[in-house]
Amino acid sequence: MSLTTPSTVRPLPHAEWGRVRQSRRTADKLMRIIAAGFTGLAIFVLFWILGMLIVKGVGGLSVATFTQITPGPGSEGGGLANAIVGSIVLTFLGIVVATPIGVLAGTYLAEYGKGSKLADLIRFINDILLSAPSILIGLFVYVIMVEPLGGYSGWAGGVALGIIAIPVIVRTTEDMLRLVPGPLREAGSALGAPPSVVITSITWRAAKSGMVTGILLALARIAGETAPLIFTALNNNFWFSPSLSGGVSNLPVTIYQFASAPYENWQQLAWAGSLIITMSILVLSLIARRIVRGSK
Amino acid sequence: MTAVTDHMTVPGAAPQRKTPKGTFDIIFRNASFLSALFVLVLLAGIMLSMIMGGWPAFREMGLGFLTSSVWDTQNDQYGAWPAIVGTLSTALLALVIGVPLSLGIAVYLTQLAPPWFKQPVSTAIELLAAVPSIIYGMWGLFVFVPLFAAYVQVPLSNIVEGLPIVGTVLYSRSPSGLGILTAGIILAFMIIPFIASITRDMLDQIPSVLRESAYGIGATTWEVVRHVLVPQAGVSIIGAIMLGLGRALGETMAVTFVVGNANRLSASIMDPGSTIASRIANEFNEAMGLQLNALIALGCILFFVTFVVLVIARILVSRVKAY
Repeated sequence: MSLTTPSTVRPLPHAEWGRVRQSRRTADKLMRIIAAGFTGLAIFVLFWILGMLIVKGVGGLSVATFTQITPGPGSEGGGLANAIVGSIVLTFLGIVVATPIGVLAGTYLAEYGKGSKLADLIRFINDILLSAPSILIGLFVYVIMVEPLGGYSGWAGGVALGIIAIPVIVRTTEDMLRLVPGPLREAGSALGAPPSVVITSITWRAAKSGMVTGILLALARIAGETAPLIFTALNNNFWFSPSLSGGVSNLPVTIYQFASAPYENWQQLAWAGSLIITMSILVLSLIARRIVRGSK
Repeated sequence: MTAVTDHMTVPGAAPQRKTPKGTFDIIFRNASFLSALFVLVLLAGIMLSMIMGGWPAFREMGLGFLTSSVWDTQNDQYGAWPAIVGTLSTALLALVIGVPLSLGIAVYLTQLAPPWFKQPVSTAIELLAAVPSIIYGMWGLFVFVPLFAAYVQVPLSNIVEGLPIVGTVLYSRSPSGLGILTAGIILAFMIIPFIASITRDMLDQIPSVLRESAYGIGATTWEVVRHVLVPQAGVSIIGAIMLGLGRALGETMAVTFVVGNANRLSASIMDPGSTIASRIANEFNEAMGLQLNALIALGCILFFVTFVVLVIARILVSRVKAY
């Protein structure tokens, strides 16, 4: 490309050679230092954040954190038990909503829709949804569920998280199914199995670990989501009712509300909650990555 | 095919496995088709709900909604301009800071890092993307903001005070550490993992013959990056940057913590402002009536801006690993 010899080749005087060589080397060295420095800076920030969470959060971890419910304004002590359970319930609900839809849609894109224009469009739209701001998903669920049904509810929160998880699962499912070699499917068809059986008992089985990874990544993605929950599940300081109607306490919104509050025990709980949630998400992501690397 | 197998019963073999009848096949096929269609319905639904929810505000305020900078809940007058400016300026600052960092990281990961070091470093960079937005917000507010106020805003304001242009843009009237630039810096670190990992994948995909031939005629690593890799991957790198821009435009929690949430415009990037997302997150739960519609209308604007940015990004990047 631009490296090809310039049209007018003019040999440099001998004395100039060393200087040109030197300036090229200096530029190269400078670039290497800058690139390594930038990488170091990004890693430094990661460890800075993790270090801060540990320093400020560990002090808030105690048995009470996991057994007592969130304290009301101005009351002493308290824990995060209801928020932790609420978060698990909402995240689980989101995954339950998203998994069948995501897996089936990914299957359609990889197996049935090959080459079709519609599948290309769906794939494209899915990629857009994958990076759409989560606050918009929250607003969407507010408009379709919270407003018509007359109030914040755990169901709305679960649906919002599910909608965020769907594109992640669609994407990984499709990618993983594409890695399954064609002859496997042909062997199944040759035995007389209809496409649905080939997919469910051969292709899915071959891509199982990859599909599980997708679900884990989706779990990691939605576990820390705060913005969509502000408009849907909101929060409260009680145990959630099993009917999931009404606000459901959850870790992210609790952290949001407690972090800048004037009560010391609230702040301490916000830090403890941040530590718990971040560490869980990092562990989930690391497990997912490990599975992907193992299957390749 | 089935016709053949139906008649092929091997004597003495186990009783023929009952293949599911055609109905399961049809149900499965349709279920997967409908699930895929659901993705389209979702996008259309988001679009429609934003337009319908925001409609009363657009109707009431007209085009003035976009250009007005009043946000008066007492008199039900709303204008989106300060939030739009805040959104664009924080996102652009994030790119200005984040893009060079990301490209440096991608070059380091693909060209410079020793092989045994690549994997742990890539994982660490990608983990930056796994840290929840709200944690960036808390780190920003409680750790970064005080340092930024004491070591950057105060000394910088003393230096630039009274100077033309920079004296306006970089001067902080109340050096609290909160503001547009602070949000831009935090956003930069949030978008780095996305831009860096896509750029890394793009650089990895370039055939090594190209690189080797450049090295063969005596190019330095920097010259290979500058003259071979960047022109080759240029378009996709721009796509990756747009993808980062899409992220930065819609980020909510981190920005809400550090942007200062001021409703007025300021010419200084050191002063507090607000973004569309932070405004919605801040006011939504107390909003009623037309204010609620105005907030959803803000969401509508955010939707169209990010949609356009993401469409361009995805066309330029077309199919790389993302999450």
